[in-house]
Amino acid sequence: MTIWVNGQERQLSNSATVADAVEATGAARDGRGIAVALDGEVVPRDRWQQTALADGQHVEVVQAVQGG
Amino acid sequence: MSWRIAGRELESRLILGTGGFRTHDALAAALEACGAEIATVAMRRIDANASGSLLDVLVDAGVTVLPNTAGCFTARDAITTAQLARAALGTDWVKLEVIGDDKTLLPDAVELVAAAEQLVADGFVVLPYTNDDPIVARRLEDVGCAAVMPLGSPIGSGMGILNSYNLRLIREQASVPVILDAGIGTASDAALAMEAGADGVLLASAVSRAADPARMARAMRLAVEAGRTAFEAGRIPRRLYADASSPMEGVPELS
Repeated sequence: MTIWVNGQERQLSNSATVADAVEATGAARDGRGIAVALDGEVVPRDRWQQTALADGQHVEVVQAVQGG
Repeated sequence: MSWRIAGRELESRLILGTGGFRTHDALAAALEACGAEIATVAMRRIDANASGSLLDVLVDAGVTVLPNTAGCFTARDAITTAQLARAALGTDWVKLEVIGDDKTLLPDAVELVAAAEQLVADGFVVLPYTNDDPIVARRLEDVGCAAVMPLGSPIGSGMGILNSYNLRLIREQASVPVILDAGIGTASDAALAMEAGADGVLLASAVSRAADPARMARAMRLAVEAGRTAFEAGRIPRRLYADASSPMEGVPELS
C-alpha cells in the first residue's frame, strides 16, 4: 500500500504499522526524541507497533531541531 | 536573585533560542558563555542524514529543553505540534507561537489565545510568544499561561524594543513572569528590557548570527544581569535640567 511518510510516497506492506513508517525514515529504532502524527493525530511511542496503517494515510515523523 | 516560571526555580534570566548557530560546537560554547538554563528547539521532519544529536548537546550543557511551535499558522497546528513535542521530548512545557504573517512573523493573537486556552486545559505549561499588546497579554494570562512573552520587534530583526511603553504596561499588570522575546539586536537592548522590569529575555539570532557568538553570549549574560540589577536598585528620575551633585555651599571666591 501507499503511505505518505514526511511528504514522500512510500510503498509499505499491507500489514505495515506506524513503527514500519518510522523505520522507513531511517530513524533510530529506540525512537528517542522522535514523535509521530498519523493523519494529524499524535500516536504515542508505545502504540507504534500496534497501530496499523491504511492505504493513503499520511505519517509525519518529527524530532527536535535548532530553533528560536 | 532567583525567579520562577510555573514553580520552576531559575537563576539565569536569559533563555537562549538554539536557532541559527552554524555548528553544535558554536551552540555549546554560547550556552556555556550565556549561562542559560533553558534553551528552545523547534520540531521538524526527521533528517536521518543530520550529523550529531542536538539533544545530546543540550543534555551535556545541562539545560532544560523548551520546544516551540514555530512555523504554525493555526491554533490547530500549534496544538498538534505541542503534543508532538511532548511525545518526543517528555516535557509539557511549550513556547507557543502562532504566526499570522510570513513576512513579519507577527503573532496571530486570535489563534494564539485559542491555542493557549486548549493547551492549558490539556496540562501544558504554556509560554506564549505574543504581540506587545497589554490586552492580549492579559487575555493570555487569563486563560492560564505561565508567563507572557511579548516581542520587542519582529523575530530576527535586531530592532530592539520598539514600544517600551507597552512593555511597561504589560509588566505593570501581569502577575506571571514577563519575558521579552524577539527583536534583541545587541546587549543594550537586553539591558533595556530588564531595566523596564522584564523578568527575563529570550533571544537567539542576536547571539547565533553575531560575528562571534560565544562573545556575544557573554555580553548578553552581563547585559541581562546589569539591567536586572539596575531595575532592582531603582534608577534616578529623569530631569529636564541639571541637579548638581557637588555642594554649592562653601564654594571659594576666587576672583
